[in-house]
Amino acid sequence: MDTLPLPDDGDTARPTPEHLRELYSLMAAVRHLDLSAVAWQRQGIIPGYAPELGQEAAQVGSGYAVDTSRDFVFPTYREMGVARTMGVSMVEYMSTHKATWHGGLYDPVKSRLAPIQAVVAGSVLHAVGWAHGQTLDGSDAVAMTYLGDGASSQGDVHEAMNFAAVMKAPVVFFVQNNGWAISVPTERQVAGGSVAARAAGYGIPALQVDGNDVVAVLAATRRAFAHCRSGNGPVVIEAMTYRRGPHSTSDDPGRYRSLDEERDGAGEDPLHRFRQQLQADGVADEEFFAQAQASAAAEAEKIREGLEALGPRPGNEMFGLVFQETTPALQSQAVSWREESEHV
Amino acid sequence: MSDTTVEDEATMAGDQHGATVTLSMQQALNRALDEVLAENPRAVIFGEDCGRLGGVFRITDGLQAKHGENRVFDTPLAESGILGMSVGLAMAGFHPIPEVQFDGFAYPAISQIVCQIARMNYRSRGTLPMPITLRVPSFGGIRAPEHHGESLEALFAHVPGLKVVSPSNPHEAYHLLKYAATRPDPVIFMEPKSRYWHKGDVDTADGGTPTGAKVLREGRHLTLVAWGAMTARCLQVAELAAEDGIEVEVLDLRWLKPIDAESLVTSVRKTRRAVVVHEAPLTSGLGAEVAQLITRGCFDTLKAPVERVTGFDVPYPSGDLEDEYIPNIDRILFGFQRVLEYRRG
Repeated sequence: MDTLPLPDDGDTARPTPEHLRELYSLMAAVRHLDLSAVAWQRQGIIPGYAPELGQEAAQVGSGYAVDTSRDFVFPTYREMGVARTMGVSMVEYMSTHKATWHGGLYDPVKSRLAPIQAVVAGSVLHAVGWAHGQTLDGSDAVAMTYLGDGASSQGDVHEAMNFAAVMKAPVVFFVQNNGWAISVPTERQVAGGSVAARAAGYGIPALQVDGNDVVAVLAATRRAFAHCRSGNGPVVIEAMTYRRGPHSTSDDPGRYRSLDEERDGAGEDPLHRFRQQLQADGVADEEFFAQAQASAAAEAEKIREGLEALGPRPGNEMFGLVFQETTPALQSQAVSWREESEHV
Repeated sequence: MSDTTVEDEATMAGDQHGATVTLSMQQALNRALDEVLAENPRAVIFGEDCGRLGGVFRITDGLQAKHGENRVFDTPLAESGILGMSVGLAMAGFHPIPEVQFDGFAYPAISQIVCQIARMNYRSRGTLPMPITLRVPSFGGIRAPEHHGESLEALFAHVPGLKVVSPSNPHEAYHLLKYAATRPDPVIFMEPKSRYWHKGDVDTADGGTPTGAKVLREGRHLTLVAWGAMTARCLQVAELAAEDGIEVEVLDLRWLKPIDAESLVTSVRKTRRAVVVHEAPLTSGLGAEVAQLITRGCFDTLKAPVERVTGFDVPYPSGDLEDEYIPNIDRILFGFQRVLEYRRG
């Protein structure tokens, strides 16, 4: 499906060989960090993690289209690949999985990435509000909000798409349809089988794209951004991908899908597929891939060290960060907490 | 419907430099919003029918015509959308002043209010403040349909990250809204809709302190604690009691979060008796919180347990039974009779 009128500003041009190699390096880094994080959970370094295994192309390809000097991105809890692509500090990002701080320790304003959002579809409306703010300010910045096939069942997604269409808000709704909402497959989640198909009802142009093809995802996202920047209102992108791992490190997919079903549904690994393509096109060689793998491993190791060095936040932050202007009740609770915890 | 709005320059002319004027609460709120828009270019007002119509209660009457469609605008009819959008606008540096058309319509937006607006400052470690002033026409008393007469203060006050305020008269409405709409934190502004058309003197130049509770009438025998529309009723009761020689102090709590514990204790240490009055249901109502704060601060001097005169633990009834539900003068008098006649066993 592709109902998006082509922009004529040439922004959708195919990435240069250098950009293609960068995309691969990002995907390799994300893959390695993702696998490492699952291992760290098993080793007791972090208490939990929501893997994005298999969604590297969708996340790196879309995140790569973001202009972090003006745009703003609204993630869920499974956008590690987007965060990495946007250059967010990964120790600060992964700190949420170390249970250091809900939302992560990174600065959302500087990194242009809203805090990690645990409510399914919770931030989709925020993107619409932020985007409408850009319209009011006469800015050409774009909001991109991530959601999944499961989140598409939430009423807030309907409200967000309707608001965005009525207000012509510059929002890219980036749907990663990964086939599964924990244990429930898309066919039992999304009536009609496609989130992108719903866009027509709002008069929003939509693209359904192979979410495991990073170049296709990047091109689709760039076109969507160009459409939004020109004041044409929102776009829905549905990237068809597959959640190769469990929903989270607490999940057991064996209870709802067989390994055969997993193999059939997942199709070809997006990282392997991109590698084959780059090799065939003569864009990268074995030495490059080996180097990409080595730097991904080194990066993950540094992130692990950073996470292990990360201590708990001081308890007074519980009280101090509730409001900009604190209250007498909070101040007195903070005093009690301090006095009474000193005796423990 | 409204005879002093921003469109009516003639009635405005007399008090340009701050004097005491007589306004209804609707007019006072309208004027406060007009001034907030003029003073803060980042303030935006939106909600269902807030724009062209001026709101179903005409609180935003004339504001779109005066300040433009970018500052005052209508949204689709979806409360979660309105509140979720407020979060994004706040993140983009605006000061959203959304309206939820009636109290009961806040229920569809509870997730955005509780999980998002109340927590974003905390979640973002103070980098994404939520200066959102949510106006909610509140409480009962106007014979309205179901879900148009709810009292949600205990629900909101229980949520970490929200502040809650309710004005009791036009003067308070004007000054508390102007104050709330310039705060960097989310404030739920509960407007007592049954008082919208009652007039009162508004001193636009001097609002006094905008925080904490306020003594509306001094007395030495008993303190009546109330907020919103119930303060007017408590003042009536105080007048009646005075005929019997009972001097009732009426404390308008104003801020339901944070609650001004100090003023509660100061008043009740003097009167040694307290009755708290609210429209919301009894069980786990804000009256329980008030009673605890008074008991803790005045245990040694209290002559009787703090009484509560409240709505009942029933869904808010239809108009025909409304007067049976909302604390009336008789029930308040019975309440303080129990306090006055209390004897230690």
